[in-house]
Amino acid sequence: MALLEVDDLSVTFARRGQRAVHAVDGVSFSVDAGQVVGLVGESGCGKSVTSLAIMGLLPKQPGLRVGGKAVFDGTDLLQLDDRSRRDIRGRDIAMIFQDPLSSLNPVIPIGLQVTEVLTRHRGMKGDAAAKEAASLLDRVGIPDPKRRLKEYPHQLSGGMRQRALIAMAVACQPRLLIADEPTTALDVTIQAQILELLKGLVRDSGTALLMITHDLGVVAGMCDTVNVLYGGRVVETARRRPLFREPRHPYTVGLLGSVPRLDAGRGEKLNPIPGSVRDLLPWPDGCAFAPRCARRIDDCVGQPPELVHTYDGRSYRCVNPEPVPGTVPAPREEESA
Amino acid sequence: MSDKDILVEVRDLKVHFPIKRGVLFDRVVGHVKAVDGVDLSIPRGKTYGLVGESGCGKSTLGRALLQLNPPTSGEVSFDGVELTTLPAGKLRSMRRRMQMIFQDPMSSLDPRQNVESILTEGLQTHGIGTDRTDRRRIIGETLDAVGLPRWALSRYPHEFSGGQRQRIGIARALVLGPELIVADEPVSALDVSIQAQVVNLLDELQDSLGLTYLVIAHDLAVVRHISDTVGVMYLGALVEEAPSDRLYTEPLHPYTRALMSAVPVPDPDVEDNRERILLAGDLPSPANPPSGCRFHTRCPWAQPTRCKDERPVLREIGASRVACHWAEQIATGELRPHQVSVEIVRPEGEGESPGVVSAPSEPGSYV
Repeated sequence: MALLEVDDLSVTFARRGQRAVHAVDGVSFSVDAGQVVGLVGESGCGKSVTSLAIMGLLPKQPGLRVGGKAVFDGTDLLQLDDRSRRDIRGRDIAMIFQDPLSSLNPVIPIGLQVTEVLTRHRGMKGDAAAKEAASLLDRVGIPDPKRRLKEYPHQLSGGMRQRALIAMAVACQPRLLIADEPTTALDVTIQAQILELLKGLVRDSGTALLMITHDLGVVAGMCDTVNVLYGGRVVETARRRPLFREPRHPYTVGLLGSVPRLDAGRGEKLNPIPGSVRDLLPWPDGCAFAPRCARRIDDCVGQPPELVHTYDGRSYRCVNPEPVPGTVPAPREEESA
Repeated sequence: MSDKDILVEVRDLKVHFPIKRGVLFDRVVGHVKAVDGVDLSIPRGKTYGLVGESGCGKSTLGRALLQLNPPTSGEVSFDGVELTTLPAGKLRSMRRRMQMIFQDPMSSLDPRQNVESILTEGLQTHGIGTDRTDRRRIIGETLDAVGLPRWALSRYPHEFSGGQRQRIGIARALVLGPELIVADEPVSALDVSIQAQVVNLLDELQDSLGLTYLVIAHDLAVVRHISDTVGVMYLGALVEEAPSDRLYTEPLHPYTRALMSAVPVPDPDVEDNRERILLAGDLPSPANPPSGCRFHTRCPWAQPTRCKDERPVLREIGASRVACHWAEQIATGELRPHQVSVEIVRPEGEGESPGVVSAPSEPGSYV
């Protein structure tokens, strides 16, 4: 049994007089302890909404419908009342957001924001809490933590703020960490520092990490299993190496072809995906990627493609997938976990 | 290369912004040295890529080149004409020949102007085209060139997707028939699949129109893809400049090496097997830059002599220009990176514990 099992999650935003938006449509995936699982996709693919739904952080508004299950260690998070959800949040599941400046309170010192978590979930007070907070900051690589505790978020650099946010997230040694684009707002050299820090946390404490990102390079370096999202659906799930070596879904193929690589020369043409995410089907069902897909056939429209599972633990949602070069219908050697 | 081939030449350009304090009388208490002594030249029809982290002064340099920020000192010559001393009227007519593409297409396009009006404005200002039909013809050709449909003319910016908006931004620059285009982070606001479309478009336009680009970006992979020459900036100065391929296979400056090793590559095999040089700490404040070599506070190779008190100048090593006192010794492996001020993370299971470091065996092994 996986630590987090998301099953057929769907999130719909409906507004009066307008067509409902299916932001997330039947997303299923699982995260095991000590594993790094990636949710990859471009803006609007539903990756952030997925994480917010799991955490119960979607704004409560009329017209919001969340369906499916998100079972964490035997409890369905979507069925919890606010009170018990707050107990789990921060203690068992913690989240790191993209923009550290807007997720820290600007008028409260860093120290108070870190100790708040310790007081709420671990019942620590006064000196003990301050001491623990300082050691947390030290652990995530903030120099001179005692002084930093008294400072306000604007006095810290972007990288430091992200470290402070990570310190708050790991304060209670959560079993699951959800990181939503944790390095997108940072420079590359700082990004490398933060990714190393996250990798270290997973390695040392056995925390599971759900990594939400648009950067395939980050995925290639971190994730054990990758879920590629498009139009609110998981279009392909695979372990890291097979996904990059032999992508099956045309969207994954297109994404990999679009990224300029540092180790490719000047002037090599990129193969972009034509069109844009906003290209919608004139018919309601069918594969959302069909309008931009080079491998589109007649079967792509009409009904949504089923999830196809293959022998090597991969699944994809496509009726006409990319062929695997030299396919032999025998199980390949499994990648070591 | 003869002088005629050089379109843009920048000599010892400095842009300093005053820091002011006080309520009634603004006292100048210091300067932020955003750009502090940059020399570079861009040959006609080529692309110069400028990379660096936020706050290194790359955008300010681009804007100073077009005289959008008045330079504090230094010279900028465009096609033989000195821009820094040019009277405002003449400068304005020169602007037709040098245009800019901005990062965020939504905030650089007026939401109340339709596309036709956005594109006509420049034409009218510079008196291009004889009458309305002639201008329409020019605009139509530009739309074709950037891959926008003709019906776009009557639409407003919010009706387009991010990629299309950036195409409008490119069309606005292109419609005047410029020779130089300064593109400040042209793709960083776009999704990957759209990024590639815009990068390809910029490439095609250069081929068909013989444009010269200055591309400013923080994404090293994009810059490598699009540039002939790449300059790396750190705290207001160029630390290395080299032909694109050479910079990536043989980075000479320690900062370039660290930057390259930090860029994630979408390939698990590469990611698992390369060394990373993790720089310690953050960028120092450009208001109070370190003495000597500006990188010495974070440099894994910093030496007790020279680095702290002598500011290195760009000097030629092979096809590159590098501002490092010890570039040759670092390249040959004679100098080893420090064990104290830097963490080098080796791929797991390689025996050596982190902290015990050695110089990479060959210069290209980061990528």
